[in-house]
Amino acid sequence: MIHTIIKKNSYQDSINLMLLTNEVSAIEGINKVQVMMATPANKDIFKGAGLYTDELETAESNDMAIVVDTDSEEKVQEVVDKTEQYLKDQSISGGDQAFETVRTWDKAIKTLPNANMAMISVPGQYAAEEGHAALDRGLHVFMFSDNVPMEAEAELKQKAHEKGLLVMGPDCGTGILDGIPMAFANVVKKGRIGIVGASGTGIQEVSSIIDRLGEGVSHAIGTGGRDLKDPIGAITMMDGIKALENHTQTDVIAIISKPPAKEVRDKVVDLLHSVSKPVVAIFLGEKPEQHEGNVYQAYTLAETAQIAVDLVRSNDIKEDYNAGDYDVEGVTLKEGQNAVKGLFSGGTLASETAVLLSDALGLGTSITNEDGYVFKKDGHEVVDLGDDKYTQGKPHPMIDPETRAKFIEQSAQDEKTAVILLDFVLGYGSHDDMASALLPSIEKAFAHAKSEGRELYIVASVCGTTSDPQDYQGHINRLRDAGIIVKDNNNEAVRTALSIVGLHVDDIKKAHVDVPATQNDLSVSDQVQAFVNERPSIINVGLKSFTNALTDNNAQVVQFDWRPVAGGNEKMRKILSLLK
Amino acid sequence: MQYNSIDEANRAVIDRITGSAPFLVDVVPAKSKIKELNEGKVLLHAGPPIKWDDMTGPMQGSCIGASLYEGWAANEEEAEKMLAGGEVKFIPCHHVNAVGPMGGITSANMPVFVVENRSTGNEAYCIMNEGIGKVLRFGAYSDEVINRLKWMQDVLAPTIAKALKLTDDGLNLNVMIAKAITMGDEFHQRNIAASLIFLKEISPYIVQVDMDEKERHEVIKFLADTDQFFLNIMMATGKAVLDGARQIEEGTVVTAMCRNGKDFGIRISGMGDEWFTAPVNTPQGLFFTGYSQDDANSDIGDSAITETFGVGGFAMIAAPGVTRFVGAGGFSDALSTSNEMTEICIDQNSNFTIPTWDFQGTCLGIDARKVVETGIEPVINTGIAHKKAGLGQVGAGTVRAPKECFEKALEAYAKKLGLI
Repeated sequence: MIHTIIKKNSYQDSINLMLLTNEVSAIEGINKVQVMMATPANKDIFKGAGLYTDELETAESNDMAIVVDTDSEEKVQEVVDKTEQYLKDQSISGGDQAFETVRTWDKAIKTLPNANMAMISVPGQYAAEEGHAALDRGLHVFMFSDNVPMEAEAELKQKAHEKGLLVMGPDCGTGILDGIPMAFANVVKKGRIGIVGASGTGIQEVSSIIDRLGEGVSHAIGTGGRDLKDPIGAITMMDGIKALENHTQTDVIAIISKPPAKEVRDKVVDLLHSVSKPVVAIFLGEKPEQHEGNVYQAYTLAETAQIAVDLVRSNDIKEDYNAGDYDVEGVTLKEGQNAVKGLFSGGTLASETAVLLSDALGLGTSITNEDGYVFKKDGHEVVDLGDDKYTQGKPHPMIDPETRAKFIEQSAQDEKTAVILLDFVLGYGSHDDMASALLPSIEKAFAHAKSEGRELYIVASVCGTTSDPQDYQGHINRLRDAGIIVKDNNNEAVRTALSIVGLHVDDIKKAHVDVPATQNDLSVSDQVQAFVNERPSIINVGLKSFTNALTDNNAQVVQFDWRPVAGGNEKMRKILSLLK
Repeated sequence: MQYNSIDEANRAVIDRITGSAPFLVDVVPAKSKIKELNEGKVLLHAGPPIKWDDMTGPMQGSCIGASLYEGWAANEEEAEKMLAGGEVKFIPCHHVNAVGPMGGITSANMPVFVVENRSTGNEAYCIMNEGIGKVLRFGAYSDEVINRLKWMQDVLAPTIAKALKLTDDGLNLNVMIAKAITMGDEFHQRNIAASLIFLKEISPYIVQVDMDEKERHEVIKFLADTDQFFLNIMMATGKAVLDGARQIEEGTVVTAMCRNGKDFGIRISGMGDEWFTAPVNTPQGLFFTGYSQDDANSDIGDSAITETFGVGGFAMIAAPGVTRFVGAGGFSDALSTSNEMTEICIDQNSNFTIPTWDFQGTCLGIDARKVVETGIEPVINTGIAHKKAGLGQVGAGTVRAPKECFEKALEAYAKKLGLI
């Protein structure tokens, strides 16, 4: 029997409700339950889950909908009680805050007049509008929101560029500004390496390794995954590079991206050759053959970090950072047990894995994402569990272990599976203790393989620093104690997994060649100059949990408890826009 | 539109509010100022227009009481028959420069305060506060109620009127409000400081009035006992100021909020006299012993003019003392209530700074656009009437203005401007 409870005008952000859904799902006697705002998009998700009802039909975007499938009526009340308790506890825990909470842009600006950046994490359909609102107020934009149309992104970035502002994102998962972690980010020492990156976990992996090697990061500017696509033309990447060129505390610049469109790549590389500082660049999926002038090219994320550290220390740059001994002793596998399953929470870590796996199989380094698989061939699989395909109505796997736990158990049941590769991404935004959360499934996986007389290998790396809110060394210890092979970084973990199944990657020794410097205009606007030289002062529009990293690091922040304009009432929204 | 933008028009409206100069100048029989009251049997009521049949208990009770007071009927049955029979004409207070608390029932001979807004040259009127317990505004009409009204007409009103005549040019209300807000009043639920200031200002003149000593004592005693005496002066002040401001007939500033027990009505500057209504909510709050939420009448009264002016619920932070009484959780709730209200207001009024709010000014100019945009409905502090006539006040609490009023107002204004 399906029951529907509609709580009128009770807006909560989606992450909260997803976590709440998980919590009430645990109530015994519940077949299925979903708690969401009754937006048109979410109604489709209810439909998909077989939880669509007539009451839901009439609910509006600002209404919270609880749909419970249970055989016993009294469980419904239990769900409602638990929901209310959850929301109440949340308001109590938010009782003593180091920042003010506002509901309008006017109030936000009034509360924090020196704000220079808006961090936007509202639902994608509203993100561009809020982005424009921020730019119109002279604020740089960090846009965590995804599902923003490409044209909207181009429009935002062109406007920002004209106004001398930066738009980081959309779909910007991470960033570090003057030592302050943004959204999903590690706590990395402040230092002299500046990063501009078009990928989330790519920046996290490189910045964490830099920290663990003893150096630090000045700024890590995220651009969003599509910045280097043709319609955008790397607007943010290029402005970001110029910003770091003009930032005196930055000595080395690191560029991280997936392979861009040819013309865009040429434009970016041409700019890099004008820069006065040494640069290390990785276009993930390209296997570079040489270092050119001031631009050093890396094949893996770890190599990117290692070159950056050697550059900043003025060490000689090695021809190859990737070669090494990745053998595992005493491997025993059954006949036909030769598949590697990469189950990743980090998209770029999944991509890096796919590149190396493809390369080792002699299939080249160019990869494509199909149906949530970054790589799928001959039983080998690399899955990006943070892909939209797996996150519809569910929290990201960096927050919630559920989807990955299932995949781990399934992979163990496949008798071809020799190695399961995992990533554990620490830092702000991520789960408090993903190692412990996944260990039950990992133990089940080991036990299942054993019960069928197979050895199963699990190889992992932990992307994090000793300063992260989670316990970095404790994570490694817990994983090792459970029988997992833990390597320092994803590159090493992948190569270790490959060696278990008898594969390896041939690396290229890169020589340095001189190329003439180019003459691009490297000047930046006053606002960008101020942005890299001053501590960010932030209006956080949307997810309240993002304020934790900011207040922990003494950034000035005001929380904008965003809700859809006019409660999502389209008619009033239009009238309001006419009455501006 | 004569302004370049709605923002500019709104600024002109709120400049009228901050530039206002309200003075309490007189107390007179309502009929001497409101000519409509001389045209047969006429009663003024709170809120937007309403028919007898649609009135809730307290307002009907007040009508009965007023009929007895005016001598139109000898008893309750006669009065009810006359009222139900359509013999009495009903006019909203707001249509005749007046405001009335709760039922807002005002009849020809009831004395009203006269507040003059000297910056815009208009006046506003409000009946005098009768104290608490069994009172007409909550629908009570026993002999005790009628006798008190007669005493107010015969003794209290003439005394205050004479005392006011002795002042140079009336009482400067901005000064009294500015003082009282620093003393913990928010002017809707709590007026004790302002009432004391009024007593302080008026008593030197009352002692000069040539009158019976026993009656003088009664007047002073009544003023000293009536904690909410200033509320009705505040209401007339709000009306005088906002009527002055709405002489500018553009923009989206809310210029009146009121309730008749059935409908909540608002006006915005750009739409002149037109009401935009939606069904009222029922206040939530604390109840006197023996009563509960089930006894509560739906929202009623013109007193939300105080919130429209920027005090009342909007100035909750000024009066932490009553936050518990109106059901809120304490100082931090009072703070977040006032902070929330700044989100829907255009500015803050530095004439009235609130010490407990780091000397920020009271809320200034509710922008209907902001209400609709954010979904934050204006909060109103209010007394709660028993839904049955004659039982009077049973509690106090808060209530929200329904956002539909604001949506309708904006839609109408967009039409008027030819935008849709």
